[in-house]
Amino acid sequence: MEIASYIFMTIGGLFYLLGGLGILRMPDTFNRIQAGTKATTLGAFTLLIGIGFNNPEWFPKLLLIIVFIAFANPIGSSALAKASYKSCDLPDNLVQDDLIDLFGGKEDGPS
Amino acid sequence: MKYVATFLVLFVSYIALAGIHVQELLLGAIVSAILTVILAKHVNYTIDYRFPVKLLVFIFAYLPLFVWQLVLSNLAVARIVLSPRIKKHLNPGFVKINTDLKGDFAKLTLANSITLTPGTLSVDIDGNDIYIHTVYIKGKTPEENRQNISAKFEKVLGVVFK
Repeated sequence: MEIASYIFMTIGGLFYLLGGLGILRMPDTFNRIQAGTKATTLGAFTLLIGIGFNNPEWFPKLLLIIVFIAFANPIGSSALAKASYKSCDLPDNLVQDDLIDLFGGKEDGPS
Repeated sequence: MKYVATFLVLFVSYIALAGIHVQELLLGAIVSAILTVILAKHVNYTIDYRFPVKLLVFIFAYLPLFVWQLVLSNLAVARIVLSPRIKKHLNPGFVKINTDLKGDFAKLTLANSITLTPGTLSVDIDGNDIYIHTVYIKGKTPEENRQNISAKFEKVLGVVFK
């Protein structure tokens, strides 16, 4: 049981490391947000499950934290992406941009 | 039914935090009941008699799919991040797909699921359209993109949130 817990925690740590590396290496804002969100979500899940194996009486509380992260993390990243679309220069490697329908060009934001 | 739903949410979270003892359960039930009376008019979810079936579908059909997609997406991110020439794997852009799901909570769940699937990040929802940033655009038409990105989630969520 203890070994399983440490294995899970190590995997969680590795995913966090990958997330950090992704934020460092990706070329533009949106790809960075993507790497950060996915890696930290799964990293947090495995980390918390690992802690739960070590202390089984905490499991319900950890499940609540997992549910909260599962909602909060994607919503936060959507908000970040939307804000950066509205207020920053777009990266020059986009091949398609449908969001322009919604926000109608860049006139209203600082550039 | 709104009152029942609010009470259940509060009481289940209370049990998860406090553990199962008789006194704690009594206190939790009383506090949840009081809070239900105050909060119920502000919530906009409800339950009906099909709720247990939906919960089972949610747990046994949606969650495994979700976790599997989450693991896949992490492996995809890992492959991109660890590859020496990162530019080769990127073909980013914003695409628009539309959904048949009704209701705010269903759309929220779909958008969150899309964010955690490989290579996609939902940016905004406008009516029935979801705007998505993808790392690598494969499809040419909106219909193809929809097939690639959200079709499998919509099938399951359509059963859960009917």
